[in-house]
Amino acid sequence: MLQVLFDALSLGSLYALGALGIALIFGVMRLVNFAHGDVIAFSVFALLWPSTDAVAIVFAGQMPWFLLIPFILAVGAGLSVLSEIVVFRRFRHASPATMMIASFALGFVIRYFLLMLFSSRPKSISLLPALSQPVEILGARMPLLQLITILATIVMLFALSVFVRKTRFGLEMRAAAENFTMARMLGVRANRVIMGAFALSGALAGAISIILGAQTGTADIQMGGAVMLMAFIATVIGGLGSLEGAVLAGFLLGAASVVMQTVLPPEARPFRDAFVYGAVILVLLFRPQGLISARGTKERV
Amino acid sequence: MSLLAVSDVTIRYGRLTAVREVAFTLAEGEILFITGPNGAGKSSLMRAIAGVTPPAGGRIDFGGTEITGRAPEEIARMGLSMVPEGRDVFGSLSIEENLMLGTGMHSRERGWKARAASALEEVYDTFPILKERRHGQAGLLSGGQQQMLVIGRALMTNPRLIAIDEPSLGLAPNITDQVYERLIALRAHRKLTLLIVEQSSTRAVMVGGRMILMRGGQVLLDGDAGAMGQSEALQAAYFGYGEH
Ligand SMILES: Nc1ncnc2c1ncn2[C@@H]1O[C@H](COP(=O)(O)OP(=O)(O)OP(=O)(O)O)[C@@H](O)[C@H]1O
Ligand SMILES: [Mg+2]
Repeated sequence: MLQVLFDALSLGSLYALGALGIALIFGVMRLVNFAHGDVIAFSVFALLWPSTDAVAIVFAGQMPWFLLIPFILAVGAGLSVLSEIVVFRRFRHASPATMMIASFALGFVIRYFLLMLFSSRPKSISLLPALSQPVEILGARMPLLQLITILATIVMLFALSVFVRKTRFGLEMRAAAENFTMARMLGVRANRVIMGAFALSGALAGAISIILGAQTGTADIQMGGAVMLMAFIATVIGGLGSLEGAVLAGFLLGAASVVMQTVLPPEARPFRDAFVYGAVILVLLFRPQGLISARGTKERV
Repeated sequence: MSLLAVSDVTIRYGRLTAVREVAFTLAEGEILFITGPNGAGKSSLMRAIAGVTPPAGGRIDFGGTEITGRAPEEIARMGLSMVPEGRDVFGSLSIEENLMLGTGMHSRERGWKARAASALEEVYDTFPILKERRHGQAGLLSGGQQQMLVIGRALMTNPRLIAIDEPSLGLAPNITDQVYERLIALRAHRKLTLLIVEQSSTRAVMVGGRMILMRGGQVLLDGDAGAMGQSEALQAAYFGYGEH
């Protein structure tokens, strides 16, 4: 029972972090960034030397954890900010559909760049191996990693929420998400706010890639895809642009997946995702604006 | 020297020309009303001045510097504070957060925190209702309170010029009176330059100052509001020549 709870929370953590990364950018730019998943993959591959071998040649991965984690977060943030400067800045006045397609294209560019350097074969890596040891909590045995994933997510969500609510930058970001033009007429610098949102979103992608890399022990250029799909759905269910909604829906989706995995009869389990998506459709039928609808999503820049 | 100079500004939306070669200047400390019927191009002109939609032709100078085509945040940082049509409060933010937003542009300056705090006190003195509800959501304020909030928010940027697009929009006449009362007191007290857009010229005639009458994207009259109030040209210009 406790195991189910922890499974749900740790899977939900991944979805919540992913959904938050999408919602942050959507908030300020009305852009659904489909390249987010590829930023996740890129952040892990930044640890490796380019090679097509199955066994990864570790490069930056030998750093101690207190350097390794900031390194991956910085890679995610850096790539994300770079994609804003090089690509999305040029599409600020374009329609949301155009921006979405640009993000698809950017995602492909990143993926094929990785494919070129590393081939499509998943590589085994050992990222923070100390975390795969089991620990015992209230009689349940679980990998230390799962516990740390949950705790780290809670800490990150808490820190982010304080940041968004209490700092000047957070205030500007919330104002920009509601009405960017008005915010600019009050002197809020559009570039700064948008780059900040991309940096935060990219760092969250980095966090996901650490968790995924440590959980699976592999680096795979596709690794961002599955999380991203669920995270994207979570942002829609949560109410596009609503940060709280994205987090809530991320955890709900994680819980739904894990619960269905346990309660469904074994022969139906392979179709678990179909049931999850079915539930998603039901939610959207009853609340098309999402669980928490973002207020006054007026103009973009 | 004029604080704001608009020279032959033309604004187009696709094939529609909303404003055609409009020119006027506004001196420091002056109060200027821009009036005219629906679709005259008043709001379009305001958005061009604020940098939101750059004009198709002409130039705009503020404080002796050309601002045509500059970003809205840059223009705001030069001391031109725009209160757009429809007010645009940040409904999900608290009233105090709305007010504080405008002080960010000074956050690199020495002693800005103290100045922001005293500016906040000043706004609260002018509009006590805002102080009462300062931690409440701005979206829940009434129309008149929201109008006071956006004027207060514009003041917080410590501007040289405040431009307000239809402050009376959707307000009961007695609330509009209150808003104007405070605006005029503020102007006297802070030596503000005011640019106010209204559909009807009644308010301009009441308050006095200079008035420009626009219609069909062009300036028809420019002169002293009080004197114009007496003339029949005003009525004729407002409703159009030979339409009745
Ligand atoms: N974003 C836009 N796209 C296309 N046309 C526009 C746009 N904004 C304004 N217009 C057109 O430009 C003309 C002038 O509009 P504007 O809003 O500037 O008038 P206004 O004088 O402010 O009118 P009102 O008193 O009704 O606010 C109108 O014909 C309007 O339809
Ligand atoms: Mg208007």
